[in-house]
Amino acid sequence: MSTASPAPSRPPERTILRVPEHTVEVVSDSGEGAQKCAQIFGRVSARMGNGVWTVEIIPAEIQPPPRTPESASGNRIRIGTRPVTNWGDHANLVVAFNEQVLLHRHRLEALAKDAVILIEDMWATHDDPDIRRAWNDAMDELGQRAYRFIPVPMEQQCLTLIDNPRRGKNMFALGLLAWIYSRDLEKIKEQIAHEFRKKSPALYDTNVALLELGHRWAEEHLDFRIEVPAIASDRPMVVMNGNQALAFGAIASGMELCSMYPITPATSASHFLSDIFEKFGGVVHQAEDEIAAIGVALGASFAGKVAFTISSGPGIALKTEFIGLAVMVELPLVIVDVQRGGPSTGLPTKVEQGDLLAAIFGQPGDAPHVVLAPATMEECFLCITTARRIAEAFRCVVMVLSDANLATGVQPFPRPAVDEHWLAQPPDLAPVREGLRPYDWDPEMGTSRRVIPGQPAGMFTATGLSHDELSHVGYTPDVHERGCVMRSRKLAVFQQMLKPPPVHGDDAGDLLVVGWGSTLGAIEEAVDRAREEGLAVSSLHLRFLSPLEPGLKEIFGRFRKVMTVEINYSDDPDAPFITEENRRRGQLAWLLRASTLVDVDCWTRVPGEPLRPGKILEALRASMPQGVQS
Amino acid sequence: MTEPGCSLLSCGPVDEDREWTMDDYASALARWCPGCGDHAVLTAVERVLETEQLPPEQTVFVSGIGCSSRFPHYLRTYGFHGIHGRALPVAMGVRLRRPDLHVFVVMGDGDCCSIGAGHWIHAMRYNPDLVALLLDNGVYGLTKNQTSPTSPKGKASNTQPRGALLPPLNPLSVALGVTNASFVAQTGDWLPAHLYATILAASRHRGFAFVRILQRCPQYTTELFEGAVRDPGLVELLVHPDGVTVPELDRIYKNQRPHDPADLDAARRLAEPEGKIRLGVFYRNESLPVYDETRRTPSRSAAEKLTLLNAELDRYAV
Ligand SMILES: Cc1ncc(C[n+]2csc(CCOP(=O)(O)OP(=O)(O)O)c2C)c(N)n1
Ligand code: SF4
Ligand SMILES: [Mg+2]
Repeated sequence: MSTASPAPSRPPERTILRVPEHTVEVVSDSGEGAQKCAQIFGRVSARMGNGVWTVEIIPAEIQPPPRTPESASGNRIRIGTRPVTNWGDHANLVVAFNEQVLLHRHRLEALAKDAVILIEDMWATHDDPDIRRAWNDAMDELGQRAYRFIPVPMEQQCLTLIDNPRRGKNMFALGLLAWIYSRDLEKIKEQIAHEFRKKSPALYDTNVALLELGHRWAEEHLDFRIEVPAIASDRPMVVMNGNQALAFGAIASGMELCSMYPITPATSASHFLSDIFEKFGGVVHQAEDEIAAIGVALGASFAGKVAFTISSGPGIALKTEFIGLAVMVELPLVIVDVQRGGPSTGLPTKVEQGDLLAAIFGQPGDAPHVVLAPATMEECFLCITTARRIAEAFRCVVMVLSDANLATGVQPFPRPAVDEHWLAQPPDLAPVREGLRPYDWDPEMGTSRRVIPGQPAGMFTATGLSHDELSHVGYTPDVHERGCVMRSRKLAVFQQMLKPPPVHGDDAGDLLVVGWGSTLGAIEEAVDRAREEGLAVSSLHLRFLSPLEPGLKEIFGRFRKVMTVEINYSDDPDAPFITEENRRRGQLAWLLRASTLVDVDCWTRVPGEPLRPGKILEALRASMPQGVQS
Repeated sequence: MTEPGCSLLSCGPVDEDREWTMDDYASALARWCPGCGDHAVLTAVERVLETEQLPPEQTVFVSGIGCSSRFPHYLRTYGFHGIHGRALPVAMGVRLRRPDLHVFVVMGDGDCCSIGAGHWIHAMRYNPDLVALLLDNGVYGLTKNQTSPTSPKGKASNTQPRGALLPPLNPLSVALGVTNASFVAQTGDWLPAHLYATILAASRHRGFAFVRILQRCPQYTTELFEGAVRDPGLVELLVHPDGVTVPELDRIYKNQRPHDPADLDAARRLAEPEGKIRLGVFYRNESLPVYDETRRTPSRSAAEKLTLLNAELDRYAV
């Protein structure tokens, strides 16, 4: 451990470090507000023109015991001179409110070898000998690395302004960061106003005073500043997390009903919607459970509206029977699954891509529907309109697979030019033309027009039983088979409208990496680095998982090896008992093998955190087909 | 093979001033067993629709799964025959976004009181403006004679062949125990006039009108209401100007108890079984919050939505 630099008395000589990107972490005990500090820092950095990607560090409990590694709560914020598409590998600078939460990050290998660590040092001289001992033990463990420690008397400083620094240190910390990274104090104050002024003007004043205190302390004591130049662009941008983007997208798509039951990490989207949806004529209905939630959405859809339900794995499992019904009655319905770690209650706050196969195949019988996955915050915004349109045009269920990484991560993106055409049309209640049947399937395409209650002469009873064009129940082989064919055929028609996915990197080569969902940025960064090393690697990212985008087999054929990278479980091929035959593979790998007959390999991990590009890069190096290692 | 009845091909042009008759509401030939109480409920419902002149295209019947849940197929209104136990959420969704539609729900006792019990309790509390009919035959009919939550203790079934093990759940006291319950009534399929009057009162109620209909199943629970059907002395009618009054029953049904449906405490006492089967409106209160009314939102034009959306996006602008 490098010895703690003594706090200099007068403004020191300063180095200014100019870098294309930097990664910051703010960690505190849960409840001390590191998250708020980091969120404001992230937003302001975005507003100052930096590329930004944030990832929440969330403890499992609401109030875990303080000063424990499990209590670590905060954010990582990666900022850059280019758009930032993932959380990177390691933090370069950390603000830690105690040594235990820092240990947590250290043990997860989250910190760069030469990370600069600003740490609250009150614990070193604390009255409680147990705390002093814990501090010393932690410092011994941390001392094995070449971190640079800068002790900061946060508590002592904050006490000059407030009585309870547990509620205020975070603004002091924000002041430190603001000085180090030359963030615009006025913009920070606007954010603070946004967060606190509504609650109380006095609270706003205190927070601003703490911010300025931290800023002053940094100016007087620190011997370095970091400069991450902004991106030169005058495109109007917005900055938000994926759940806010989903909620915005739902409004922009003309949805009128979000029917949900609270579950992490999906809930925050409905919090956001609950605040503003009614202004737009929409309603967030908190149902008694997830089954009711989808039932209400389906009822609204039957009544001519397009509605959506939002949940996560455990809740999606409960909705299964209703998903089958929605497929059977051919009603448009959008179902958002913000995935978390599973199975069962699993990892409620952590990212995983473990619901893919359940989303596609999880319903009894044959229940064809569309499954798509946004890969960025911007796509979270746009995908609901896409989903709604497909659902309406093809009278089908569309499942949207987001995940905890997108849900809570913040990223700036070009402001969507929302348009009237994005909005759903109001239901057409004109009398039904004579002869139109409720399932008037086009025999070639399986598509048909929806009839809506209120339309004169259109009366019929939708049923989950096997039925014919008139929605009359029929159990005979011809009726059932025909229904199955029609419901499946329309998805083939839809698939024909999709374009083959673009390849990132060369069109042909040794290794093609295939991914889906939130891993886009990390995969492409790893691929770019591998290509710089001379490896013939490319990647391809799927947005439509069911039906799959066209042309895959042909693209795969141009590479010596194809491999998926996913955040879900697969057996390590070298693990005991694992053979070619019994190996359980990544979920996308299963799917691609089945549909292309290509021997698709996979590299998957379930660390409960986003994949790091550096780890993917190692996997790529190790996975290069034999004989072409450069 | 499909069921005969309404073909949309045969539906004529729309006539604004048209008067609807019972026949206009009838669709396919009902396929319940002969003597099944569901037939009588269907007839009573058709009469109510006629009385109220509800346009068929503005009327929606939602059901779950069971013999009773076949109901919507036999009507020429809009219908939604969904999944077991889940009719109420679907109906809630319809009601929430389409206040112009008249919504009726038909459920069996397994549907409502077992697999869908959670939805039932919460629907009572949400109190959306719709009619919920519980066709209670004390058994699982469609799946061929299994014990239901309302099967009387000792009643043998295929799953409890030595007799139902537990005393039955009382749907009335459950309903009357739910906060914000606004209409609770009981009637029997063998009293068409009372059945009609009760469903009519339910359809005119503002809020969630829960009607338990004692329904005979000659297939599996013949004995269940046999005594009461034969002997009017085993029935007690709750009568009140705010409840249902069926003068034509006066001559035979001598057990009549005045009960003001505004009196919740009395309703709860009367819901407890005391030898006689009580029919009538137990509770009615139109001053309670109605969920779909509470959740009504302004309708916005596309232009308004875009203006609001852009203003909201400004707050997230870089
Ligand atoms: C999820 C599910 N579980 C079980 C069933 C089988 N099932 C169909 S109807 C029914 C019970 C029917 O009894 P009830 O609701 O009383 O209606 P009834 O037939 O007596 O009118 C059951 C268990 C089903 N269709 N779906
Ligand atoms: S089994 Fe019973 S409930 Fe079902 S149709 Fe026959 S008589 Fe009616
Ligand atoms: Mg029954």
